Amino acid sequence: MNVDSYRFLPRSFRPYYEGRGPFLGEEDPVWAPFEKRLQESRIALLTSAGLYMKETQPSFDVERERANPEWGDPTWRSIPSGAEPTDLGVAHLHINDEDLLVDPQIALPARLLEELATEHVIGSATPEHLSVMGYQERSLEGWRDKTVHELVVRLREHAADGLILAPA
Amino acid sequence: MMPAVAEERRAPRVVGVEFPFGHAFGMPRDQSMQRHVLELALRVLAGASAPGTRVDIDIEWPVPLREAYRAWQPKVASPIVKLILESGRPRP
Repeated sequence: MNVDSYRFLPRSFRPYYEGRGPFLGEEDPVWAPFEKRLQESRIALLTSAGLYMKETQPSFDVERERANPEWGDPTWRSIPSGAEPTDLGVAHLHINDEDLLVDPQIALPARLLEELATEHVIGSATPEHLSVMGYQERSLEGWRDKTVHELVVRLREHAADGLILAPA
Repeated sequence: MMPAVAEERRAPRVVGVEFPFGHAFGMPRDQSMQRHVLELALRVLAGASAPGTRVDIDIEWPVPLREAYRAWQPKVASPIVKLILESGRPRP
């Protein structure tokens, strides 16, 4: 079966997403082979749900977005794999955050990933995972110029073999 | 949530879920559903042999559509949605 990609999207917003094709200059296929066995691999997670550590990290900048609705905060946060739901805040003006605050595993299933490591389904999980806020400027300027490079450096520091990206 | 868009944007491996926004791995407190999605994502990560691989998950969201459609949306419209609705113009 094929899922309906637009089932939960307001009908009037469908033309903003459907049939837009690749970004200009990004028409070629993207591919990196996954060469290790899953059982020997270290896996990281990335969510675009705008999660952050309430006590130790600033929120994503939703005030600037309110002042400039076409801008979205391009920064990122690291989320320790052992973070408790009560440690986490959500800064994302485009989704209802109630379920995320009750159970952040719906966006960043770090605990389940640790479970899979314990069961040797994967080799290990990285000690921290990554969080961004998914609403961005159309140009993706901040992400292209800075964020993506910083994320790659961090993933390499943790010797991640694979990354699961979870859109919000 | 929108695997067709991920495909068009050239995501190399895609797992499609028909879940409301904000719920990539499923229902809150439903570890079985969340684990099902995570395990499939890992299998597709490691097992896909060519770019553009897409595998969809056959799970129906266990909440009536109208209720789920309302529930995922923020209580206050996002700034860009408010701007579009007020101006009647498309997003640039």
